[in-house]
Amino acid sequence: MSRSGEAGKRGPRVRSDCWVRVALENTGGVRVELQSRVAGLFGPRIESLVADGCAAMGLEHAVVTIEDQGALPFTLAARLEVAARRAGHDLKAPFLLAMKDHCRGESEPGRLRRSRLYLPGNEPKFYVNAGLHEPDAVILDLEDSVAPAEKDAARCLVRNALRAVNFYGAERMVRINQGERGMEDLQWIVPHNVHLILIPKVEAVDQVVQVEQAIAQIQQEYDLKAEVYLMPIIESAAGAWRAMEIAQASKNVVGLAIGLEDYTADIGAQRTEAGTESFWARAQVLNGARAAGVQPIDTVFSDTNDMAGLRTSVLEAKGLGFVGKGCIHPRQIRIVHEAFAPNEAEVTQAKRIVVAFEAAEAKGLGVVSLGSKMIDAPVVKRAAATVAQAILVGILAPEWRDEAKGGE
Amino acid sequence: MAKLIENAVGRMVPVEINGVAAIPFAGVGQHIPSGRKAGAPIRSAADYPADGDKRTDTIKQALINAGLKDGMTISTHHHLRNGDFVANAVFAAAAELGLQDLRWFPSASFPCHAGMIDHMEKGVIGHIEGSMNGPLGDYCTAGKMRGMAVLRSHGGRYQAIQDGEVHVDIAVIAAPTADAFGNATGDRGPTACGLLGFALADSEYADHVIVVTDNLVPFPCIPWQIQGNNVDQVVVMDSIGDATKIISGTTQITKSPDRLLIAELTARFCDEAGIVRDGFSFQAGAGGTALSFALFLRDIMRERKIKARFVRGGSTQYLVDMLEEGLTDYILDGQTFDLAGVRSMRENVGHVNTSPFTSYNWHGKGNFASMLDAVVLGATEVDVNFNANVVTHSDGRLLHGIGGWQNCLASKCTILPIPSFRDRIPVIVDAVTTLCGPGDLIDVIVTERGIAINPQRQDLLDRMRGSSLPIRPLTEIKAEVEDICGGAADKPDLAERVVAAIKWVDGTVIDCVRKIRS
Repeated sequence: MSRSGEAGKRGPRVRSDCWVRVALENTGGVRVELQSRVAGLFGPRIESLVADGCAAMGLEHAVVTIEDQGALPFTLAARLEVAARRAGHDLKAPFLLAMKDHCRGESEPGRLRRSRLYLPGNEPKFYVNAGLHEPDAVILDLEDSVAPAEKDAARCLVRNALRAVNFYGAERMVRINQGERGMEDLQWIVPHNVHLILIPKVEAVDQVVQVEQAIAQIQQEYDLKAEVYLMPIIESAAGAWRAMEIAQASKNVVGLAIGLEDYTADIGAQRTEAGTESFWARAQVLNGARAAGVQPIDTVFSDTNDMAGLRTSVLEAKGLGFVGKGCIHPRQIRIVHEAFAPNEAEVTQAKRIVVAFEAAEAKGLGVVSLGSKMIDAPVVKRAAATVAQAILVGILAPEWRDEAKGGE
Repeated sequence: MAKLIENAVGRMVPVEINGVAAIPFAGVGQHIPSGRKAGAPIRSAADYPADGDKRTDTIKQALINAGLKDGMTISTHHHLRNGDFVANAVFAAAAELGLQDLRWFPSASFPCHAGMIDHMEKGVIGHIEGSMNGPLGDYCTAGKMRGMAVLRSHGGRYQAIQDGEVHVDIAVIAAPTADAFGNATGDRGPTACGLLGFALADSEYADHVIVVTDNLVPFPCIPWQIQGNNVDQVVVMDSIGDATKIISGTTQITKSPDRLLIAELTARFCDEAGIVRDGFSFQAGAGGTALSFALFLRDIMRERKIKARFVRGGSTQYLVDMLEEGLTDYILDGQTFDLAGVRSMRENVGHVNTSPFTSYNWHGKGNFASMLDAVVLGATEVDVNFNANVVTHSDGRLLHGIGGWQNCLASKCTILPIPSFRDRIPVIVDAVTTLCGPGDLIDVIVTERGIAINPQRQDLLDRMRGSSLPIRPLTEIKAEVEDICGGAADKPDLAERVVAAIKWVDGTVIDCVRKIRS
């Protein structure tokens, strides 16, 4: 028997990753051949991690060859497991490292989703510091950023990242693949406290329902209580046409996103800076989302060097009514948050409305009015959200009511 | 084996280095020697050509004329950086002359000097006293050098020459432009590098001074950064260096989002701590993070209409832009890193040539380093007591020189912006592998995971109370990083044998480097 499998990346330019080869043997136990950039400092621990992994997976006889460029434990574990699977080893169990406490928190449907930072699923070096740039969410991507031959490796790495990496409070999202592959992705992801699943290229209600049912089944199987929210991505003419139905397809849908690269190709147009070719689709997604009571999320801005262009693009999206933008580089996050932040006039007006509402409530009045105008409940709710966001981005002090009273 | 003694920071250090008694570090500002400075021998103008033409045909002949003997000390300088041809040419000539056991005393070494290993193998060079990077560092930490290496800061090199700790027999000064009298400058010529400040002490204190140039101009060479009145001989070579490796066309800011985050946190810290105000001063290096720091600082200065009085270089395009935009009155430059810096030094009155004498020297009547409001430096490791390492990797290998790093710690606020781990290796440790800078002088450590203020700086802690910046105890950041990396790194396997001594700015021994067991 000389079956073997390889996983990971090798070469002097690789960082924070490793290459692992598992060759199955009939006898001789597990032998480790380790070459590591950090051998003198972490060598024994790498070897004991391999021993733990082989024991967990029921791998008794094998030669494990590792070329390590400073991979963190969650990456080493993923590469080892994928190499064993690719070797054709029949795993007794997956090699799971203990889930860290900071990976356990839950999400909520209405939280801010202004910025969602895409992280390529098979690139561990981007994971560990992603949360430090304070995105509202990270998207661990299994779809377009992962080559077809590496889908299995990305799944395993993303699963391990969900159990190990501190994203510092960012919502933990995973973009799954289309179709059957996406259903398989869910098996790997859902048991490990993913907060939200992005479903790509949705054109019909069924696609969302399928995902919802698959998740429910896994939740039952593993006895999971936390909600897993959904965000369908509209990337075609058919999807845009059915935007509202798709947004209403499941109670767990919390947002509807649009992806314009595929959409423009689908309608036979070129993507332009002015964006007239996609205006209808964006308006359709926006109104579909609003009609369904979920968050409308705009496409990514793909020029990572053009911060002024990004700001203009976010202001335009905000002007249309979108509340979030995809980010493909950490430096985009701050700009997105700044541009989505309410401006001074909006904050002033929102404060007035909130004060008027609280005054009316204190007096037991059923009707809120500002000057001669009656204020409707949805307007009050939006004003409260504006005030909350202003506080969050630091343009309004949390104790603004005191100042307002002092000044008036 | 050399006898060791514990110094004031708890490190065991040799009491003797290459047969000469050494003084253990006694604490910051504690070592105050007395006596008179060393001096060069008396010379008379009658012994030099009246027409001022001091040319000798070859380096080899110049070394013979200088009376080079076995065991002597030859100094060279690193202003040509990784493009330097001169130091290699000098030792090639010494090897041809059959000399043995020379001491090489460079102001720094670069990968282009890897050929010195061959000279050490053959005994031409006995040991090196200067920075040791790349192959030279590996050679040293493998225990292959005969004598003990000595690493000094730029200021410490000046101190060692001035108080007689190092006597330079022959100084060879590479000069991008010079005249036949020996006046020399670095700010022009085909191999222009900016300035020659690292060679100043050698030109004044060495027994014999040789200027080597590839751009001879008729007397006078203006400006004269090195004075011909200190020079014995002038040698003209076809080329003294590879211009493309002397300075980069442009220095690059970092593109790494994590490094940018560190740089931005550092700039915001300086602002919130009240350091950025009219008339302030700062120094930052030319590494990617330091350059980005300068850019973030520039944005803050522009927005708040603040002007610095002076900025200390390593000058780069970015500092030159600040000078020319009027964001600082002066650049006090110690080393020029790119073409824009060299051009500015020629053209701008406010771009001033400095040396380790003015900036860093312990035996000066004060120096500029302690006058700086803030300095931003790198480090390979820091420990929970804020001690820092700048010369060795966590695995014990020598990989950097000290440069001006130790000297800069004297500033009013010393900030180390560093990543919290590199390649799985935590940068914050219990005790640094090699202690180069005492924690008493290191005020702030900025990582991508938070900013740690030295508990000794209660004033800074008070000023930053309520800040929106992530101010955290260093031990808390350390624990977080160890959780990510799978624990603290193991200690490297080191032998007893000391292969290099680390000097403090005053000439005392602050730590030493040991042989790595392979």
